[in-house]
Parts: sequence; structure tokens; C-alpha cells
Amino acid sequence: MTTASLPWFARHELKLAWRDWAQMAAGGRTKRERSVLIGAVIFVALLHWLAYVLLSRVLPGADLASKATLITLTASILLTFSMMLSQAIEQVTRAFYARSDLDLILSSPASSRNLFAVRIASIALTGAAMSAMMIAPAINAAAWIDGPRWLSAYAVIAGLSAFATGLAVLITLGLFRVAGAKRTRLIAQIIAAVVGAALLIGLQAAAVFAYGRLSRFSILNSEAVGRAAPALDSLFWMPAKALIGDASAAVAIVTTGIAFLALVIAVYASEFGSNAIVAASVETDKKSVGGISRPFRKVTPIGALRHKELTLLGRDPWLLSQTLMQILYLLPPALLLWRDMGQDTQVHVILAPVLVMAFGQLSGGLSWLTISGEDAPDLMATAPATGNMITRAKIEAVLTVIACAAAPFVIGIAFISKAGAVATLFGIVAASISAITIQLWFKSTAKRNQFRRRQTATKVATFSEAFSSIFWAGATGFAAASSWFALAFIGLALLTLWLTSRIKPEN
Amino acid sequence: MFTDRSRLCVPMISQAPALEIRNLSKTFNEKAVDGLSLSLRRGEFYALLGPNGAGKTTTLRMVAGLLKPDGGSVSIFGIDALRDPVAAKAVTAWVPDEPMVYDKLDPLEYLEFVAGLWGMDDGKATKRAAELISVLDLEAQAHMRCQGLSKGMRQKVALAGALIHDPQLIILDEPLTGLDAGSARRVKAVLKEYVANGATVVMTTHILEVAERMAERIGVIARGRLIAEGTLDELRVQGGHRDGNLEDIFLSLVAEESAAA
Repeated sequence: MTTASLPWFARHELKLAWRDWAQMAAGGRTKRERSVLIGAVIFVALLHWLAYVLLSRVLPGADLASKATLITLTASILLTFSMMLSQAIEQVTRAFYARSDLDLILSSPASSRNLFAVRIASIALTGAAMSAMMIAPAINAAAWIDGPRWLSAYAVIAGLSAFATGLAVLITLGLFRVAGAKRTRLIAQIIAAVVGAALLIGLQAAAVFAYGRLSRFSILNSEAVGRAAPALDSLFWMPAKALIGDASAAVAIVTTGIAFLALVIAVYASEFGSNAIVAASVETDKKSVGGISRPFRKVTPIGALRHKELTLLGRDPWLLSQTLMQILYLLPPALLLWRDMGQDTQVHVILAPVLVMAFGQLSGGLSWLTISGEDAPDLMATAPATGNMITRAKIEAVLTVIACAAAPFVIGIAFISKAGAVATLFGIVAASISAITIQLWFKSTAKRNQFRRRQTATKVATFSEAFSSIFWAGATGFAAASSWFALAFIGLALLTLWLTSRIKPEN
Repeated sequence: MFTDRSRLCVPMISQAPALEIRNLSKTFNEKAVDGLSLSLRRGEFYALLGPNGAGKTTTLRMVAGLLKPDGGSVSIFGIDALRDPVAAKAVTAWVPDEPMVYDKLDPLEYLEFVAGLWGMDDGKATKRAAELISVLDLEAQAHMRCQGLSKGMRQKVALAGALIHDPQLIILDEPLTGLDAGSARRVKAVLKEYVANGATVVMTTHILEVAERMAERIGVIARGRLIAEGTLDELRVQGGHRDGNLEDIFLSLVAEESAAA
């Protein structure tokens, strides 16, 4: 294999990715692999069972060729695509800005064109794999109930991911040209957040204003949308038809996606290396020179730690997109709350799970930054503070941010339903504590700007956080509706935590 | 250079050595530190020398509480650092060879944070920060985020952070790496003044001229064991180089140890 060729870089990247995965999968405990495997199988089986129960009520007898079904499926595909595009923009930007091994590679005579081609292809592959893993229970259950044609959904995911990655590369390169390297990172983060949330938020906001409901299906199933939608033989429906088993449509989607990505890489790869070099030389912010402009504040060690964490959270450019996205997702619930304030409605039943999900995810992101992201681990270790004190300060910083952001929503719900507010508060606290606990288990100290490590070392944690947030959200929704079904979801959330604790690496 | 140096008097158990290590050992894949014993007097400048992989950094990391020893004891001014690490850390400073500062904080914010960690009085911390910023020639960078600073400047910021709480035992791992000649001279002057005021400094370095000119006593370790210790004159006798410089003595001692192994 020729050195620094495309396959050589691909092999290098695969080797690194595989070792990261292997380390995480083993969790440093080879003897417990079997119990971890059994637990994971039970967990996946449970998810499949849930999907089966839900879909078995919907799929049999459903008219899949109807316009209403195609509208719903197309909207779901667009939502998935927008999330993929959002992730891809963030990943592509990181590929240019994160230094990691770039200094070594860019200073070598190796072709940066090949390196970036491989890294961008791996972004597409990772995006497809992540989406496929999340949606797999639904696809597999649908295939079981309604036939193997549903498996073509995997092909649609692959095609969409490739297309989203190609588009993300174009957007990022366009930003480099238009806005320059200094502003591209910030703008890309904002675009990523807006793209990821805009479609869902738009549908939800329209549903809130038109029907007083948060469900996007209120709009999608409306007569107005049905009338405005293209005819059934339109190419517009191709992705939806591919999803439900139209082989020729599936092949077209995959081919188009991969061809588009390949074309983008082939045409623009020569710009990748130069952009990475420009990104590396982005001037850091400088203020005017001066002495000590203000006296230091008197703080306790734990106060100093808390203040430091909050300051760094406020200055983390990569946190911006995540926080912005969570805030955007909270807009429709806020709209609904504002619209229904003071009225006797069951709006809290809808709001509670949405809020819990959003704050659970936000807690996960914040926890990583405070607990694992540490630029001066030696300073922490040599300070006259116990490990517990340091951890406590970091957790307090996360909870402070969550409490400040969640308080207006919980107070708003309390005006409608006191029980709903209690359930929401319980859900947010449980989801946040779960996310923090997972991050404590998977603590892997790294500098905040070591994005590759941050991503690879916490994939298991990311999935666990997502599932735990989903289950706590479900539990909160049912609790707000006074349903005993909440207990099942609490059980699932606790099972997720237990399974994660079995996988956690040894310290 | 600094004000209020009187508080450098040590409040711990009287007459206890500044640092006493007994039979310290640590094994990774092989023995990194092998039954090492050392005793540092108060107000002493001690240089720890050794070839790459000799166990210098591992030893200092165990003293600083960054690594747990497999065996042995570490006592700092009479405080058992393994049993009461918080008390030991309160009077100790650690400066690693790779400066670790927060990219998103500026030097003053960093110093304020460190002062808070050590629970310093705010007025005193402000004054000390101003002094250190001035002495280490960091005025021009005082309000710049650390991400934009060179390695040498970051090293000076880390050193200022280590010194802001007036530590009585200063542990430095290759403190002059990455510093230009002017900065290195400033750092050496600061450390000398600390020692003159009663603090104890233990430092690893590969720049033997620095050890020769600054250290009162020098310890040479190889394969995790102390193979020679003493003043430069004492080392000359041990190394069989009556008129040799430290480089000659060091190379001779290490070669003898290698041959014996």
C-alpha cells in the first residue's frame, strides 16, 4: 500500500477508530464482557419490543401509498436529514479547526487532500451508523411486521448521510470564502444549530398557532398540506417510497448521495489543507494592555472552582451550537405555554417530556465540558482540595446552569398544573443527575479542544445519555398524565443506568 | 522583589525536613522508582538529575500527589503527604514541564482562580499577582487569553500560578524548558529569592549548568535509585573527577551505574 495514499489514510483512520471503539467496548474489563453483552442484548430486545408494540398497532392495514402517509414519511425523512446535516456541519468544521494530529500531518509531505477525503467520508459513515443505530428498532420491527422491504430504510439513511455530508462540506467551504476563517467556526456552529432544529420547530410552532397543539402531525395531516402537496407520481416522494421498499427509489437515493459526496470531495479536496492551515492561524482575541484592572474576589476554593467552570462554559465556542439547539427546541413548548397560560388544559402532559429530554441532553453536554474537559489536571490534582470537593463544584456549575434555564418553564407549568410542575421538576432533576452520573463514570480527562478524543471516548456515554433522557422524558410525560405507565419508563431509565455502569471503564 | 516575605516561615512541625522520602517505589511495566530515599532541608535548592527514564518525574509526581506510590512514604514539613494530602498540598507548588493553563482564561483570571483554590486573602492575592506579573514580565499578556500565548509565556503563567500562594516547597519539573534567555534568567532569580527567604526548591533539569550554578545539593538517580548525592565538591569525589564539571561527573556516575547493571 503506497504511503499517504487514500487507502493508507483510510487504514490509519480505521485503526484509530477501531482501537477507540475496542477500548470503550471492553471498558477495561475483559472478564465482564459476557455480562455486558447479555445486558446489551436485553436492552436492544426491549427497544425492539417497544417499537413492535407501537408499530403493530399502526402498520397493519395502513395505506402506505396514500398521500397522507407519504407526507408523514417525507417529513420524518426531512427531519432526520436536517439533523444529519446539522451534525455533519459541526463535524466538518471540527475537522478543519481541531488541531490534534493535523500539525503533524500538515507539516509532512503527505497529501492533506487524501487525509481530508478520508475524514469527510468517515463523517458520512459515522453519521449513517449513528442514525441507523437509533432508528434500527423501528426499522427492524416494521420489517418483522410488514415484510423485509422496510430494510431499504438503511439504504436511505446511508444515502441521506452522504448527501448531508457533501452539503455540509460545501457550506463550510463557502463560509471560509465568504466569512473568513476567523468567523467560519462561529457561524457554522450557529447554522448547525438552526438547521438541526428549524424544521421541527417550524412545524411545531405552526401547529401551536394553528391548532394549539405541539404535535407536528397536526400540520402534516391537515387538509391544507394535503392540497398543497405534489401529485403521487412526483419525484418529491422518492425518498419516502425508498423508505417503504421501492428498490429502484432506494438505489437512486443511495447512488445520488454517494455520487454527490464523491463529487464534492473530488472537486474541493485541494482546498481542505489550505483551509486547515488558515484555521490554525486564526488570531486569538487580544485586549488592550493594562495592569490589574480590578482586585481579586475573595472566594472559597469551591467558589473559585464553580466560578472557573461557569466562566469556561460561557467561553466555549463548541458549546454554543448545542445550547442554542436546546434553546431553539424549547421555543415551541414556550409558545404553547404562553398561549395556554391560565387556561384549563392538559398542556403540561405535552410539555413535561419535551423539557426533560432537552434538559437531559443539555446536562450531558455541560457535564462533559466540566467533568472531563480539564485543561489543567495537574493544578486540580495538586490543589489543597479533595477530589470530592472538585467534583462537587463541577456538578454545582452544571446544575446552576440547568436550574437557571429550567426555572422559568417549571414556574410557568406550575400556573397550569402544580402536579405537572412537580413531575417536570422531578424529570429534569432525574435526567440531569443521570447525565452527570454517566459523565462521571466515563470521565476521561482531556483538554477542552481535543475534540477527537471527546467524540471517540464518549460514544457509549452519548448513547446512554440519549436513552436515559428519552426514558426519563417518557416517565415524566406519563407521570404528568397520572399514568402508572410512568413506572415502566422509570424502570427502563434505571436499567439504562445499570447497563452503563457495567460498561463503564475502570478508573 | 516581593513584599511580605515574612509569612514564608513554616508553621508545621518544627525542625522536620522540608521533604523526606523513604523507600519510595513505583512500578509501571518495570520499576520506575525503586526504594528511593531523599531528605531535603528547609531553605535548600536541590536539583534532581538523571538520564531519560531514570524516574525523576515519577518521583516528583508522587511527591506532588499526582501519582500513588506502590510503597514508601512522603513527608512534607512533617506532614504525611499520603495520609493528609490536602494539608501537604496547601504548602506545596508543582510546575510540570508542559505548562497546563486554561486556554480560555487570561493570566490574571488564571492567577485569581489559583488564589481562590488555595483560599488566599483577596487583597494579598491581588498584590502578589501584580508582583508576579511584573517580575515575570507578563504585563503585556496579562489580559490576553492563554490560548494565544507562546509555550514560554504559558510556562511563566504556570509558574506565577505556582508561586502566588507563597508555597514553602516548590517542585519543578524542567522549569526552564521553552523559556528564552531573558525569561530563564528572571525565573532563576525568582527561585533564588524564594530560597533566600526560606522556601525549599526541588527541580529536575537536563541543563546541567543550571543545576551546577543554582543547586546547593544535587541528587543523581538512575533506574529509579539514588546513585549519588551531595554538593558539587562531594559529587566530584564520588565521581572521581576532582576538577571536572557537573557534566563530566554526571556522565561518569551514570556510566558506572549502567556498567554495574
